[in-house]
Amino acid sequence: MTSSGADTNFSNEQMLGFYRDMLRIRRVEEQLGKDSLAGNLPGAVHLYIGQEAVGVGICSQLRDDDWIASNHRGHGHFLAKGGDTRLLVAEVYGRRTGICRGHGGSMHVADFSKGIIGANGIVGAGISITTGAAWAAQLDGNGAVGVAFFGDGAANQGVLCEALNVSTLWKLPVIFVCENNGFSEFSPYSTVTSGSIADRAKPYGAAHETIDGNDLIEVWQCAARAIKRARDGEGPTLIEARTYRHSGHVVGEHTFLSGTYRSEEEVEQKKAGDPIPAFAKRILEAGQASQADLDRIDAEITAEVAEAVAFAEESPYPDPADQGAGYMFA
Amino acid sequence: MAKKRMIQAINETLDSEMAKDPKIVLFGEDVEISLFGDTVGLKDRHGAHRVRNMPISETVMSGMAVGAAAAGYKVVCHMMFGNFMYTGFDSIANQASKLRYMTAGQISLPIVYMSVFGGGRSAAAQHSDAMHPMFMNLGGIKVALPATPADAAGLLRASIHDPNPVVFLQAAGRGGESGDVPDGEVIFELGKASTVHDGDDITMVAIGAMVRPALRAAKQLAEDGIGVDLIDPRTMVPLDTDAILSSVRRTGRLVVVDEARDLCSAASHVAAVCADQCFEALKAPIKRVTVPDVAIPYSPPLEKALLPNEGSISATVRDLLKKPAGAEA
Repeated sequence: MTSSGADTNFSNEQMLGFYRDMLRIRRVEEQLGKDSLAGNLPGAVHLYIGQEAVGVGICSQLRDDDWIASNHRGHGHFLAKGGDTRLLVAEVYGRRTGICRGHGGSMHVADFSKGIIGANGIVGAGISITTGAAWAAQLDGNGAVGVAFFGDGAANQGVLCEALNVSTLWKLPVIFVCENNGFSEFSPYSTVTSGSIADRAKPYGAAHETIDGNDLIEVWQCAARAIKRARDGEGPTLIEARTYRHSGHVVGEHTFLSGTYRSEEEVEQKKAGDPIPAFAKRILEAGQASQADLDRIDAEITAEVAEAVAFAEESPYPDPADQGAGYMFA
Repeated sequence: MAKKRMIQAINETLDSEMAKDPKIVLFGEDVEISLFGDTVGLKDRHGAHRVRNMPISETVMSGMAVGAAAAGYKVVCHMMFGNFMYTGFDSIANQASKLRYMTAGQISLPIVYMSVFGGGRSAAAQHSDAMHPMFMNLGGIKVALPATPADAAGLLRASIHDPNPVVFLQAAGRGGESGDVPDGEVIFELGKASTVHDGDDITMVAIGAMVRPALRAAKQLAEDGIGVDLIDPRTMVPLDTDAILSSVRRTGRLVVVDEARDLCSAASHVAAVCADQCFEALKAPIKRVTVPDVAIPYSPPLEKALLPNEGSISATVRDLLKKPAGAEA
C-alpha cells in the first residue's frame, strides 16, 4: 500500500519514517520543555513543537553534503537533518558530551559532518551563511544545495532581500524556508509584518510558493520542486510554510511577561492543525500501518529520549579549566 | 627586491595565491573594476566564478563569506572601506568570530575581510575610521595592519593561508606608500612585530599607517641625539607583546601612536599591557598619541589637526624626555 500525493507515492516504510522523525522532535521538545520549566537547564529553550512537518518534510530529502542553517528554534532542524538525539540533549544540558561540548547550548547546536551549519541566536543570520554555502556548492559543482530555515520574524530582516537578489542573480542552489508560525517572538504577525512573505521573492524574479506547513506531504512535494530547481542550476526558491507555534517564544515566558499576546482560545483552535496527529490519521486511513505500529514507534522514541536524558545526566560538565581557548583559533 | 606601491604588492599577492590554490575565491563590491586597484585584472586571470562583483549588500556579503568558508573555500571578502564593515558587522562579530568556538572547534573559517581604512583623504567621517580596536575586542578575529608594501604582501599571504578569520586593513590611498618588496613569495608570520628603527632612549609602538610619521619623527629625533626604538606590531591580534615588553624594559619609556580614537584605542591596550607587565621598568608615564574622540572631519585643515603626525609624535617624545626642540642633546 502506498500513500499518494499529486505525483508522489510513498511506501509504508517511508510514511512511518516521516512519522518517526516528526515524533522524535516532538518528544525531545516535550522533554526539554519540561526540563526547562523545572529549572534543570542552564539557558533558554525555544521549542519547535507544531512545526515538525516543515523540518522533516524538507530535510528527509537532503543529502549529508547539503547544507542547512537554522535559527534559535533549531532542535527540530538538527534532528531532522540527522543530528544525534543524545548529543543534542547533552548539549542543551550543558554537558561535556554535547555536540558542541557545552560551548554552544540550545541556540547553537551544529554538526558540520552532517551538513548542519547550526542553530543561530541572531534572527536571520542563517540566511546569509546559507547563501554563501550555496555559492560554495555551486563552485564545487557537486549538486549540493543550501537550505536556510527561519521564521516570519526573520523575514523582516533586510538580509532576506539582499540574499534573494544575489542568489537569483547568481542562480545559487539555495532554498529559503520561512516557517511562518504566526509570531515574531512575542509579537503577532499582523502587528509587525506587512503583506505576504512569499511575495517578497516576486520583484527579484525568484521562485516562491506558499504552502500548508502542517501538511508533511505538501511540504515534501514543494521542497522536491525547490531542490530540483536548485540542483538543476535554476536558482533559489522562497518557501513560506504556514504553521503555528504551539509553545511560547521561549519556555517559561509566562513567568516574566507582564501580559499576553495571544488568547488561549486561539492556541487551542490552532492546535487542531497539529501536523503529527493529522499525519497519523492519514497513515491509518490509507491502511499503511496500524495503531499498534504507531504506538510501537512512540514507545521506541520515548525510550530513545529517556536514554538521551540519562546519557546527559550522567555526563560530566565541562572542566572550568577548559575554556576552549583552542576553539577560538584553529 | 623591487620598489612597489602597496596596492601593487596586494594585487600581486592575491594573484599568485589564487594561481596556486583553486579554493581561493574573492568577492566584493566593484572588485572587477577595482576602485583602489588592488583587485584589478584578477577576474581575467582567475575567472568570473572565482572573482565576483557583489551587489552593495554588506549584510549578506559578510555572512556569505562565513558560509563559503564553512563549506571549504578560502574566502577573500573585499569590503572596500572599513566603515562599510559596520553595515556587515553581524556576520563578522556574531558569526565569523564565534562559530568555531560555539561548535567546539568543528570548523575553521579561513576568511580575509579586507578594506582600506583611516583618515587623511578628506573622505569625511563615514569613510575614514580606524576601526581595528573593535575587531580586536571580538576575540576570534585576527587583525593585520600593514604599514609598508612588503608588509602588505607578507601579511596578506599569511592571512590567506591562516585558517582563521582575519581583518586586513590597508592604509592605502594616501600617497607615498611605495617601498621595497623582496622577490619571491614573501610571507610574514601573523603576530611577529618588526623593529623599524633602533634606539635606547624610548620605545615607540606605531600601528598601521602611523608607522610612517613615527619613522620620520624617529629619524628627526635621532638627529637631536634621542634614540627611538620604533616597533611596528604589524598585527594587533595576535599581538607580539614580547617584542614590546623587552624594548620597554630596556628603554623605560613608551609612546604608542594609533590612528584610532583615544577611547579604547589599540594604543590603550598596548599601554595597559605594559603598565601591567613591566611597571617596574617604567621611568615615565606611558603616553598615547591618538585621535581625539570626535568624528573625522572633511576640510583638510580640520582633518590634519586631528591625525597624529611627525610633529605631534616628536613633541610627545620630547615632552616625556624633557628635551624641548632646540635644547642640547
